[in-house]
Amino acid sequence: MTDPLLPVDAYLVESLPEIWFGAVLFALGMYVVLDGFDFGIGMLYATRTDERERETFLAAFGPVWDANEVWVVAFGTMLLAAFPRVYSRLLADNYLLALGFVVALVFRGLGPELREQRDDERWKRSADYAFVGGSVFAPLLLGMLAGRWLFGGATLPVALTGVGLVAVSIVTGAAFLAAKTEPGLASELRAYGIGATLAYFAGVVVLLGTVVLTDAGGAANAVLSLPVAAVVALSVAVGLSGSVLARRGQYRAWLASALALPTLLTILVAILLYPTIYPPTGLLVREAVVSPLALNLVTVLGFPVLLLVLWYFKFLYGVFSGPIEGESYGG
Amino acid sequence: MGPITLLSAVDPVWATLLSPELASRMQFGWTISVHIIFASLSIGLAPFIIYFTWKDVRTNEQRYARLRSFWVKVFAAGFVMGTVIGIPMSFQFGTNFPQFAEVAGELIGGPLAFEAKMAFFLEAVFLGVLLYGRDRVEDRTYVISSVLVGFGAWLSGFWILIVNAWMQTPQGYEMVTRNGMEVAKLTDPFAAFLTPRMPWMYVHMMNASVIAVALLVAGVSAYIVWKKPDTEAWNTALKLAVVLLIISAPFQAVHGDAYGRHVEDTQPQKFAAMEAHYETGQADLHLLAFPKSPEALTDPRAENLVTVSLPAVGSFLASGGDFDAEVIGLNEYEENPPVALVFWSFRFMVGLGFLFIGLALWGGYLMYRGRLSDSTRYLKAMIAASPFGYAALLTGWYVTEIGRQPWVIQDELKTSEAVSSMLTGGEATLTLVGFVVLYVGLMLTALYILKWLIREELQSLGVRESSGGRWHGPIPWVSSDD
Repeated sequence: MTDPLLPVDAYLVESLPEIWFGAVLFALGMYVVLDGFDFGIGMLYATRTDERERETFLAAFGPVWDANEVWVVAFGTMLLAAFPRVYSRLLADNYLLALGFVVALVFRGLGPELREQRDDERWKRSADYAFVGGSVFAPLLLGMLAGRWLFGGATLPVALTGVGLVAVSIVTGAAFLAAKTEPGLASELRAYGIGATLAYFAGVVVLLGTVVLTDAGGAANAVLSLPVAAVVALSVAVGLSGSVLARRGQYRAWLASALALPTLLTILVAILLYPTIYPPTGLLVREAVVSPLALNLVTVLGFPVLLLVLWYFKFLYGVFSGPIEGESYGG
Repeated sequence: MGPITLLSAVDPVWATLLSPELASRMQFGWTISVHIIFASLSIGLAPFIIYFTWKDVRTNEQRYARLRSFWVKVFAAGFVMGTVIGIPMSFQFGTNFPQFAEVAGELIGGPLAFEAKMAFFLEAVFLGVLLYGRDRVEDRTYVISSVLVGFGAWLSGFWILIVNAWMQTPQGYEMVTRNGMEVAKLTDPFAAFLTPRMPWMYVHMMNASVIAVALLVAGVSAYIVWKKPDTEAWNTALKLAVVLLIISAPFQAVHGDAYGRHVEDTQPQKFAAMEAHYETGQADLHLLAFPKSPEALTDPRAENLVTVSLPAVGSFLASGGDFDAEVIGLNEYEENPPVALVFWSFRFMVGLGFLFIGLALWGGYLMYRGRLSDSTRYLKAMIAASPFGYAALLTGWYVTEIGRQPWVIQDELKTSEAVSSMLTGGEATLTLVGFVVLYVGLMLTALYILKWLIREELQSLGVRESSGGRWHGPIPWVSSDD
């Protein structure tokens, strides 16, 4: 019965539940950062009418979006593995939001896939609608889901979290494209990116202000804490310097700073949650976590694999780094 | 929230149509059926992709480049469809069956997370390389990428079936109270991962995928060979698919027979439903069964079926050698699965299985005589048979899944107890309808993509769509287009 390899009654390290809280949010962060720029590309795609530019956009994220998307499954299954009650409550409480999000992902994923199957104007236009619609609604609904997680049913903060994720996705999408396309197109894109950065700040300020004033989800105190202030200040610094870099045409540096924005947003979510993990029920990390043996097992088997996965991503992005060339499908 | 309030208003109307439980079960059953089609496409195509890629890089022969390019496109389309359908599924445990997720989370969460991290990422990352990276990586890396994609597909099935097998024959846990709820606590990881059902299920499912895809590849190849007999590439593909079928189809029958005995040992109720065996006692084996009346379709019992049966052989098979062995009947249980669905699905699957063996033997004979691509009759038969592998795979899956009802975790948790208590009939019905419409659209699209790929291939082989000659047979889906 006892497994000699793994402790049965104690966590491998005392803080393993907290480490897993961090790991789950890390997976969410990876998703928001990586698929975020895919969504951004999808939304910016709507601003292009030129066929060649549209195809450039598609080629920019073609080889990587599928892999990026897997992070949401990693997030969901890691949440289930470590905190089954949070997984089940979060999804059951937000039934239509959660299924709406995944349906948006269906459309986002299929649009580009279907588009290239057929050389027909009407066909391509329908595929484009699916792609753009999915790219708008997926971050919007995911953000709203995160908002419900943090603030319960409070309508305005929930909506603003959704809008915030949409805006930040446009920033990263624009920066990613600018780093990979020719200067003319890039300077057009940076205007969208800078605009979206400002919109994002406005959204976050209104969001945090509303939470403080209405104490939505009982998060007012958490918002007024020092770590939150630090993250917000850092976001502003990163966002502004990113905009400056963009104006100077230093697009790779802009991309690096742009990707820091959704990262900081995820850290903000983590700070607002901890030590509870599902504020609407007041459930704490330690109460929601699975038993030691189960958590030790997913740690020992899962963490080395997570490192391997990060290495794959480094490899993948290495293979497809640099400006977009005339990519062909199917080798 | 607006839309939710709106839903509540009409909820009493919808609730009378479908209960949250029934709608959730239908939704999950429907979603997983469509997902399985695409997941098994990846699993079954993986050996072909690896082989074609390896041969292409090694020999530089045109035919392998052609086959690789074609089937990688099919694989990619299938993988994308599988992904977009699989993601909603990974959330449906929470949205529709939260009690199940909470009770079993500690046991199923780990394997599901491993599936995402070990297998799904592997497939998605290296598929990107396989699709777009031909000119960006070295030959060796390219071949390795194809192997990793295939390995990912097979590993993915491994972890998913660990979860499913645990639900069929759960062990390695004890029930404890956590946060005021009875949940399963992992006590023995080896027992929980390597349940009695796991090896049976994995071999049967992987082989079923190989059969289904071998039939698909054979069907597509037969069609192209029929239109263009001298194509070296597609003759190669046809031969390869038939060889794979010759190995996999008979194996499935032998394996399935032993699997049946294992089901009788571990889930006697399911076994009884497969044979519509109501009274405990000696069991016959129904080789063939036909309903005498329409009622027999929905309620198959010995007296209202015309059967070709071997007396007492059911007992013999179930016990592994004893003609008098007692087989437990459905009357012993308070609640039974929908017997008709299980009974007919099982017959459908087994019948198709024997058809595949027949096709494999026929193909083997023709190949031995060196006339595989000359026999128009065989080519036509393979074209007609191309979707049947999937039909067998799905009906087999229904036997497994519907056959274990009313349990979601055998003898531990009933499906009715696993369904969300917060879910309303309106929400569940709305999303059910949504998923049905969406996925029907997806499957039609997948078929269209296959059709376009075939047409493109024919054009590049120089087959004129309107050409006559030997190939002017009625093929509306190519000749009537445009």
